Amino acid sequence: MAASGQDALLRVEHLSMRFGGLTAIGDLSFTAARNDITAIIGPNGAGKTTVFNCLTGFYKPTEGSVILTHEDGKQFLLERMDDFRISQQAKVARTFQNIRLFAGMTVLENLMVAQHNTLMRASGFTVTGIFNSPTYARANREAIEFSEHWLEKAGLVDRADDAAGELPYGDQRRLEIARAMCTKPVLLCLDEPAAGLNPRESEDLNGLLLNIRNEQKIAILLIEHDMSVVMGISDHIVVLDYGVKISDGSPAEIRSDPAVIRAYLGVEDEEEAEVVVERAVAAVAKKPAGKKVAAKKPPARKKGGRK
Amino acid sequence: MAAAPKSNDVKTEARPLEAAAIAKDVLFTAILAFIILGPILGLKTFAISGSLALEQRWGLVAVFAAIAAAGRLAYHLLVWQKPQARPSKAASASFLPAISFGKYLVPVVLILAIALPFLPGVDRRVVDLAILILTYIMLGWGLNIVVGLAGLLDLGYVAFYAVGAYAYALLATIYLPAWFGDGIVPWAFFITLPIAGILAALWGVILGFPVLRLRGDYLAIVTLAFGEIVRVILINWSDFTGGPAGIGGIPRPSFFGLPFTDGEGGFAAFFGLDFKPIHRIIFLYYVILVLALLTNFVTMRLRRLPVGRAWEALREDEIACRSLGINTTSTKLTAFAIGAMFAGFAGSFFATRQGFVSPESFVFLESFIILAVVVLGGLGSQIGVVIAAIVIIGAFEVFRELNFLKAVMPAGFDPVQYRMLAVGAALVLIMRWKPRGFVTRREPSVVLKEKKAISTDLVAEGHG
Amino acid sequence: MEYFLQQLINGITLGSIYGLIAIGYTMVYGIIGMINFAHGDVFMVGGFVSLIAIVALGVTGGSGFFPIILALVLVVFIAMIIASAYNWTIERVAYRPLRGSFRLAPLISAIGMSIVLQEFVRIAQDGRPKPLQPIVTGGYEIMSREAAQGEFIVRLSNMQIFIIITTLILMAVFTAVITRTSLGRAQRSCEQDMKMASLLGIDINRTISITFIMGAALAAVAGLMFFLYYGVTDFYVGFLAGIKAFTAAVLGGIGSIPGAMIGGLIIGLIEVFWSAYFSIEYKDVAAFAMLAAVLIFLPQGILGKPEIEKV
Ligand SMILES: Nc1ncnc2c1ncn2[C@@H]1O[C@H](COP(=O)(O)OP(=O)(O)OP(=O)(O)O)[C@@H](O)[C@H]1O
Ligand SMILES: [Mg+2]
Repeated sequence: MAASGQDALLRVEHLSMRFGGLTAIGDLSFTAARNDITAIIGPNGAGKTTVFNCLTGFYKPTEGSVILTHEDGKQFLLERMDDFRISQQAKVARTFQNIRLFAGMTVLENLMVAQHNTLMRASGFTVTGIFNSPTYARANREAIEFSEHWLEKAGLVDRADDAAGELPYGDQRRLEIARAMCTKPVLLCLDEPAAGLNPRESEDLNGLLLNIRNEQKIAILLIEHDMSVVMGISDHIVVLDYGVKISDGSPAEIRSDPAVIRAYLGVEDEEEAEVVVERAVAAVAKKPAGKKVAAKKPPARKKGGRK
Repeated sequence: MAAAPKSNDVKTEARPLEAAAIAKDVLFTAILAFIILGPILGLKTFAISGSLALEQRWGLVAVFAAIAAAGRLAYHLLVWQKPQARPSKAASASFLPAISFGKYLVPVVLILAIALPFLPGVDRRVVDLAILILTYIMLGWGLNIVVGLAGLLDLGYVAFYAVGAYAYALLATIYLPAWFGDGIVPWAFFITLPIAGILAALWGVILGFPVLRLRGDYLAIVTLAFGEIVRVILINWSDFTGGPAGIGGIPRPSFFGLPFTDGEGGFAAFFGLDFKPIHRIIFLYYVILVLALLTNFVTMRLRRLPVGRAWEALREDEIACRSLGINTTSTKLTAFAIGAMFAGFAGSFFATRQGFVSPESFVFLESFIILAVVVLGGLGSQIGVVIAAIVIIGAFEVFRELNFLKAVMPAGFDPVQYRMLAVGAALVLIMRWKPRGFVTRREPSVVLKEKKAISTDLVAEGHG
Repeated sequence: MEYFLQQLINGITLGSIYGLIAIGYTMVYGIIGMINFAHGDVFMVGGFVSLIAIVALGVTGGSGFFPIILALVLVVFIAMIIASAYNWTIERVAYRPLRGSFRLAPLISAIGMSIVLQEFVRIAQDGRPKPLQPIVTGGYEIMSREAAQGEFIVRLSNMQIFIIITTLILMAVFTAVITRTSLGRAQRSCEQDMKMASLLGIDINRTISITFIMGAALAAVAGLMFFLYYGVTDFYVGFLAGIKAFTAAVLGGIGSIPGAMIGGLIIGLIEVFWSAYFSIEYKDVAAFAMLAAVLIFLPQGILGKPEIEKV
């Protein structure tokens, strides 16, 4: 359900992002509620990733504001913060569409890097840590335990000491999510986590996502092309097309919104659109969850973690 | 002649060529070598009564062209015809077979290093050479933090070495005596060492700050420019730095207050030894050994701390780092600062060992040699730096030993003249053979169950 | 005013030379994304070969107009061919085997090559600076003024005319080659996407080799002009000139040939004016500081567009 103003963890207001003449996002507003999974969907190039980049400080939006409110009432204006402070202070974590792991470091090291700020404090900003002070030794142990905890959830304990770049693609996706979770976020942004996964890997991923959703009290923003995943697990969906929001609501509402189907299937004619909508709705309703009703083919698998 | 082509793309499949094709290729090599060497080697200009004249040396050109052709032919016959003999990609994985080997290697090398001055047959020249190698090992380890761990390409590292050297030179000759009287001079080295390190680190931050946004080759060339700026200032700011002549009369180190002099109050007299000049050299050797080991120890420790891991993560993927809340600015600056600090220490040592400093010691070539030590060793590898420093500095030294060649070669032949040429060419060839350096294993900084080395083929080279 | 005009002329002359060297950097960087560190030394080799050819041909300042022009054309050709052979070989030996490998390896290899060239020339030609009596002499007085110290004359020497005209001709020819021929098209497509270009049947190795040859040919001309202009050369001139030319290439926008020329002019003017009005000792500091400033504040160059890094 669309969050009421009070309960919203994240409020995006009149967000615009232009690259030269190209408007990647135009006047976008939506909210994301605490403990909800909010999906952002839309055709290729709709501006979904750009929204994430604006939220996490990698792009400075041309206009608009992004407000994040913690449970204790503390507010952060994300569009004004440096990217690393958004993770450090506002507690927003993310994954990347083309996985960005530290490929030459081990799986465990990847998760330890994610706990950098905690460990940095414990090591007295290196000054006491270099003498292996008891505080640091303890914090280090705890960090390893916390990493192990997430490795278990992601099913990667056995690969803890392997280089992240050696992992199969599906494992890399889950590792990236585990790494993001190791920053202890209040908002987790996942950019096409299921893209390029085979059905088995996809299932493992769903398991991890559901686990996070059920056990962690955090909000999730999810970009996903796989409609079965989107319809199955999200509480609230925002649909983008050419950077503009064309629909916003619960999965049921989105399913029956002709504008959405039109955008996805590129149908011009109203009447024809209605037919298509009905068929699509029927199709979605019939298919059991877990099977793919992808509105478009997932993008070609990119070489994981390497540039 | 290294400038002649020795082979095609090594990576293309080895294919046995036909005799005619080989002959054609070898002929082409000979002609190309002739064109390249002809004018510059074959026609030597010399000044005669205010203008230039030419001396013809075509025989020399023919000899080198023949050598190039013969080399090419040998390559055809020995390397290309036996594709199975060529190491596959997997076989080139590591110079040191495994970590376990390294486990024994390190203590053995360490014990050898500690005992070196007292080993039989070790004379002053050997200790001097060992000091030189250790200086480069220390510089290599320092630069390894910046280039190997943080992935920031620094071609101006020698600037920090210069800062350390001039800091010691100026403080020990002018400022410390002026402020505290001459009594301080024997202690000057130990007082100045930390100051030099701090000053160099400060310079690391000052020079690091503007280049934070730069990456790759641009970062390399800006750091090169900074290194040259420091040198040009050292040359031209004569009032402060002594200009091109530099600063002389820098006090030699004392044994914690006991000077290495003959007679009363000296080191030898105090310990009841016969005075020998080599005492000072041996002391210097231990000073640089301790400094180098300190550098190594600190680096190894830092790798296991969050800063160290952040450096490596930065090298792997800067954007991912930022998404995990790592302040990349301060992470880069600490890498620059700590790397520079060790160069500052080494600079102080250099000044006290030489007794004199001048801008000539801090040219770009010096930065390049230190970088070559790091890259040749294998980025980020501490033991690799040791191997590479021994190989490169040792190679320089070998040319001094080639004096017997003077007997066979024409008059005026001096092998030392050729050492830079040979080292430059060797670097080109080694990069073809081992682009990732000698040690291509990375040790993880933290282990859950079982320590596995990571092939550096997976390790990113950093952005900057 | 007169003094200023004279410096302007000198600056444009020097800038033309830097611009010609810069084209070599910009083309190579554009196509394989690496700094050809040895390019400055190829320029130096070009200068030395010209020197040797001039001595071998026996031309002097008194040889008369047509013999001098004829000799210079011949010298330019020889220098171009030999410098091209150098750069071609460098690419084959030091860069091609490392293409697509670990990024630091080509850099070390390139600097190694630069050292090899410098040391080779130093050893083969005994390391002393080589002075030569001026060959292109004479010039025009453009303006003169009575000053307190005596008459100040603004001169435009024949040498400067020769340099500026040669540069203009070469620029025109090169721009035509790059924009009009299939070779230029192949080069531009390799710059955009090397893999795709190779899939479409473009011979990448050949295109890259030709790029190195073209860059070297221009650098050789620059080497000849630099040497004639200053009347002396040595094995080390390539280092500084190379760095300044690289600055010019970045300043103009890396990959852009007109940009390299504009950048070269700006660097030449800055150097000359800095020496004339501030201090000669620190003129290299000015060049290096300029380099740092350009890379830090204007990395996309004058003719490039700023980019937001895609995440
Ligand atoms: N840094 C940038 N510079 C210029 N244009 C950009 C930049 N980043 C994104 N764009 C443009 O903005 C538009 C939206 O891109 P975005 O990556 O947000 O799409 P998307 O919805 O994530 O698509 P996909 O499903 O393919 O991932 C595209 O046209 C893209 O080319
Ligand atoms: Mg996207």
